[in-house]
Amino acid sequence: MISLIVLFPLLAAIIAGLGNRIIGNVPAKIVTTGALFASCALSWPIFLSFVAGDAAPYVEPVFTWIRSGDFDAAWALRVDTMTAVMLVVITSVSALVHLYSWGYMEEDPDQPRFFAYLSLFTFAMLMLVTANNLLQMFFGWEGVGLASYLLIGFWFRKPSANAAAIKAFVVNRVGDLGFMMGIFGTFLVFGTISIPEILEAAPSMAGSTIGFLGGRFDTMTVLCLLLFIGAMGKSAQLGLHTWLPDAMEGPTPVSALIHAATMVTAGVFMVCRLSPMFETSPTALGVVTFVGAATCLFAATVGTVQNDIKRVIAYSTCSQLGYMFFAAGVGAYGASMFHLFTHAFFKALLFLGAGSVIHAMHHEQDMRYYGGLRNEIPITFWAMTAGTLAITGVGIIGVFGFAGFYSKDAILEAAYASGGSGQLAFYVGVFAALLTSFYSWRLVFLTFFGTPRWAASEHIQHAVHDAHGHGDHGHADHGHDDHVDGSKAHGEGDYAHYTPLTGTGGYHPHESPWSMLIPLIVLSIGAIFAGFVFHHSFVEAEQGAAFWQGAIAFDTHLMHAMHEVPLWVKLAPAAVMLSGLAIAWLAYIRYPEWPRQFVGQFGVLYQFLLNKWYFDELYNVLFVKPAFAIGRIFWKAGDVGLIDRFGPNGLAALVVQGGKITRRLQSGYLYTYALVMLLGLAAAATWAIAR
Amino acid sequence: MNQLGFPILTLMMAVPMAAAIACLYASDKTARMIALAATLVDLALGIVLWLTFDQSAMGAQWQFTEYAPIFGRFAWALGIDGIALMLIVLTVFLMPICIGASWLAIDKRVGEYMAAFLLMEVLMIGVFTAQDIFLFYVMFEAGLIPMYLIIGIWGGAERIYASYKFFLYTLLGSVLMLIAMMWMVQQAGTTDIPTLMAFDFSPQAQSWLWLAFFASFAVKMPMWPVHTWLPDAHVQAPTAGSVILAGVLLKMGGYGFIRFSLPMFPEASAQFAPLVFGLSMVAVVYTSLVALVQSDMKKLIAYSSVAHMAIVTVGLFAFNAQGIEGAMMVMLGHGLVSGALFLCVGVIYDRLHTREISRYGGLAINMPKYAVLFLLFTMAAVGLPGTSNFVGEFLALMGVYEASSWVAIVCTTGIILGAAYMLYLYRRVCYGDLVNDDARAMPDLSGRELWLLAPIAAAVLWMGIYPESFLAPMRADVAALVARIDRARPAGDAALTAGNPAAAAAAAGEHGQTHDTPGEAH
Repeated sequence: MISLIVLFPLLAAIIAGLGNRIIGNVPAKIVTTGALFASCALSWPIFLSFVAGDAAPYVEPVFTWIRSGDFDAAWALRVDTMTAVMLVVITSVSALVHLYSWGYMEEDPDQPRFFAYLSLFTFAMLMLVTANNLLQMFFGWEGVGLASYLLIGFWFRKPSANAAAIKAFVVNRVGDLGFMMGIFGTFLVFGTISIPEILEAAPSMAGSTIGFLGGRFDTMTVLCLLLFIGAMGKSAQLGLHTWLPDAMEGPTPVSALIHAATMVTAGVFMVCRLSPMFETSPTALGVVTFVGAATCLFAATVGTVQNDIKRVIAYSTCSQLGYMFFAAGVGAYGASMFHLFTHAFFKALLFLGAGSVIHAMHHEQDMRYYGGLRNEIPITFWAMTAGTLAITGVGIIGVFGFAGFYSKDAILEAAYASGGSGQLAFYVGVFAALLTSFYSWRLVFLTFFGTPRWAASEHIQHAVHDAHGHGDHGHADHGHDDHVDGSKAHGEGDYAHYTPLTGTGGYHPHESPWSMLIPLIVLSIGAIFAGFVFHHSFVEAEQGAAFWQGAIAFDTHLMHAMHEVPLWVKLAPAAVMLSGLAIAWLAYIRYPEWPRQFVGQFGVLYQFLLNKWYFDELYNVLFVKPAFAIGRIFWKAGDVGLIDRFGPNGLAALVVQGGKITRRLQSGYLYTYALVMLLGLAAAATWAIAR
Repeated sequence: MNQLGFPILTLMMAVPMAAAIACLYASDKTARMIALAATLVDLALGIVLWLTFDQSAMGAQWQFTEYAPIFGRFAWALGIDGIALMLIVLTVFLMPICIGASWLAIDKRVGEYMAAFLLMEVLMIGVFTAQDIFLFYVMFEAGLIPMYLIIGIWGGAERIYASYKFFLYTLLGSVLMLIAMMWMVQQAGTTDIPTLMAFDFSPQAQSWLWLAFFASFAVKMPMWPVHTWLPDAHVQAPTAGSVILAGVLLKMGGYGFIRFSLPMFPEASAQFAPLVFGLSMVAVVYTSLVALVQSDMKKLIAYSSVAHMAIVTVGLFAFNAQGIEGAMMVMLGHGLVSGALFLCVGVIYDRLHTREISRYGGLAINMPKYAVLFLLFTMAAVGLPGTSNFVGEFLALMGVYEASSWVAIVCTTGIILGAAYMLYLYRRVCYGDLVNDDARAMPDLSGRELWLLAPIAAAVLWMGIYPESFLAPMRADVAALVARIDRARPAGDAALTAGNPAAAAAAAGEHGQTHDTPGEAH
């Protein structure tokens, strides 16, 4: 069964990808979407049987992959609780995104290619989560990277999309460097890369030391940190996060599937999968906690000032991934995975909702040109509201809460209960929760409330103009339009000097087709109930231990301690959530002039946040430009100026200077070579005979 | 005489030899057909060879051996092990593709051209099968003559400079190697390569001999800083010439290291391993950065070849099975992938007659089939898992990690830089909008071109997904080689100590680390 789940998307990708124009749009879409729904239907029973506690982990071997000396990595599909959780997340979101794309990509000329990429991605992601050894995980890891590259650059005529695609791939490769080194080290230390064998042997290696890059370090710390660098790349953690916001160049369904629900959580998955290994190194866990908390805070601050609706959600994703990491860092792997699970639903929902808004607004992505949309697209509005309630963690303790309420609170409580650096993470997490609430509600208020500000949007103007003018100007072209960088395309992105034009500009947004609304509704159900239904299994001490069956280093002690935290700790998330909501309401509904005053007052801070702490500029100066400059120096000064000059060319000059004899001999170059060759041969032969 | 009952190795050389002579006297059209037929026959023979090769641990190390004394100690001694087998299979696989690639592109002196190619096939099979050290030398050096001719006669505008550079570099190395060989034969009293592989030269002598061989192999690889002939040779060579140069000729250096330097001079190899590592580390970073700034497609791929070959050299001198098998896999994978990339360049060069990257762009729009295949080969060159190059790069780097973490980390940066320059190339050629009118008018792949690229694509995926077919024949031979050089293996820098969980837990408790109950969960 597991092999069918994994194989269906691959087959569908091959059929749709190679069939492409031959089979046409509709068959390609039916094959891929059908395959994904089939995989999804097969995945849920597996997950539910783990929830019910009547399933045991197993491994299904496929065939040999790489065998060399003592090294043996086979293709195999592992099914345990971790896999089961990921299976439902991946196949459900992917199936819904496939369906959604029927509507969203309706007018794109390249649909089979798009669906093939989506299915290929799903296959790679499934290979990643079913891996029984680190190398297959790496295969899936790179496979999703490839799919991400292809999908970010799907509209390959757009220079910005191409740049974003390359950036995503290359930045991820920096992480992969760490991952690969981690695999090398793991093999050196354990003599195997089979995950169960490593996890079993890991505790006995605690306290061992290893030589690495000239120093001596704790073995497990080195291995865990190397692997964690890989996780940081894929999960866009601080330092290696720069690719994620740019990845929003891809079509919105892609952002929902890859850059919110599944691929970016691969790093979290890896840390949890290898949790017994990380448990042997307190230092590594400390780093995980620190990086997670730092990312959580950083991304949330940037998210508060972005104007592009997708970028707000992208930074939100980055921030939520930070939560998952510091949960893992404090040892609450169950809570980490739980947040991954709930986040997949509500974040996919938010992205798809944003896609629906963008669809309605004719590919306008700048929230400053939205406003008052709740009456025009009511279903999208309610779905987005459900997502916002879930991400901000609305709920009443002991009664009912939206998905994020259970998972985020579990993380914060576990962080507080773990003590030490976990407490720091707790405070950071609470502050980030305030920001989360603020930017999430800001998004909702700017988009759906207030008066329409559509008139100023170029996209809307185009749309209105086209409707009245030449109607044959295809919609699809707009998909390829250069809304290069939402904030830069319009009005230089400076809120301070910007006066919004109000009015509809004669445009009437339409609610999206049902193929897009059904996924929104299904995901809304997930965002509302996923936490309530499954929180016992994921984070309750006794039920959790039975559910996880040792698939993660589940700490029952910590899960107990979580419930004994002081009351104010439990109430803190709710308090900051309400504060964030209040601030957003005041700033964007009650007193709309506040943001402009704030920008006027704190221009430097605002610019700093708007420009994402200047990471891109910094990396450009530190890495990109020097790489090209040094490359040019090596080429012009090294190869041409030094090696050739004193090597072959210098020698040639010497020969020319050397005299006429040589020149006379060199009647034709080619014959000379043959002659020298013959002379050598003759010498060898003579000598061989002579002795 | 062997499991087949006929001298298959000699036959594999005789067929293209006879065809080469026939080509010289045939009309253009016939010459093409003769060349194609002969290379296909050799491909079939190569497959027979692969299938009948006994890969079990029980199998003899040297199979299909032939021996016929010529004069003195000089003998027609042939035989192959698994390592040579795989390189022969690579050669005979690429040859028909090269003929196909030259089908229309070469229209002057076709007979001579085809003869040169067939002669090259003879000599390359000779290099990989020779069991007599002088026979090897003859094949090794003579193999370059057809290449000089191909670059010098059918090459681009700067062909004379390129072939001259090619010659100058190779000459120096080969003279030293010949002298070393003569001395070795005198010492050991035999020209038989298998015997020499088991002969123990004194460590002092080894150092000199190693350096003499290194001078030749390093140029052939090519290693930094003697790599500058390669970009020029590639740029000037016709497409098929580049394919065979990157696909097979560059592998002769690596083969030389495996066949001579390592088994014959284990102590010297260990002694000079740091030199090899150092040059390779420089090569990976240096040539990758140079590749990044190239505006000529062929130069870019040529520089990337140097970076890939550096992974081969570090793998070989890792002194373990993963390193050596990985190096072999990189050679095979790179042979396919860089060959395919040069073919991809050839496809668009034939249409527009320029290698300037900036003249292209947006080809994914009007050449979708081409874009798909080019993407596959680009990804393979980047070392994406599931393609041939990943298997080799991964194993080689894993092997070298055991020897030195520094070397491993510096060489692994190649995966970042490789992604940068290859994707940047692909982006400029295939993505973006069609801006140049002449590029817009280019038709997609013809049936012939598809038939050249599709088999390589299949092989690239096969090697990436089920590399066992390629690793299994080499396993016993690599194991024998590792056993042979094991006595000289330098200690790695890891020096792992045993774990002490109790002490570690106590230390963690004392310092009041993050987690109050480490490890309690299990």
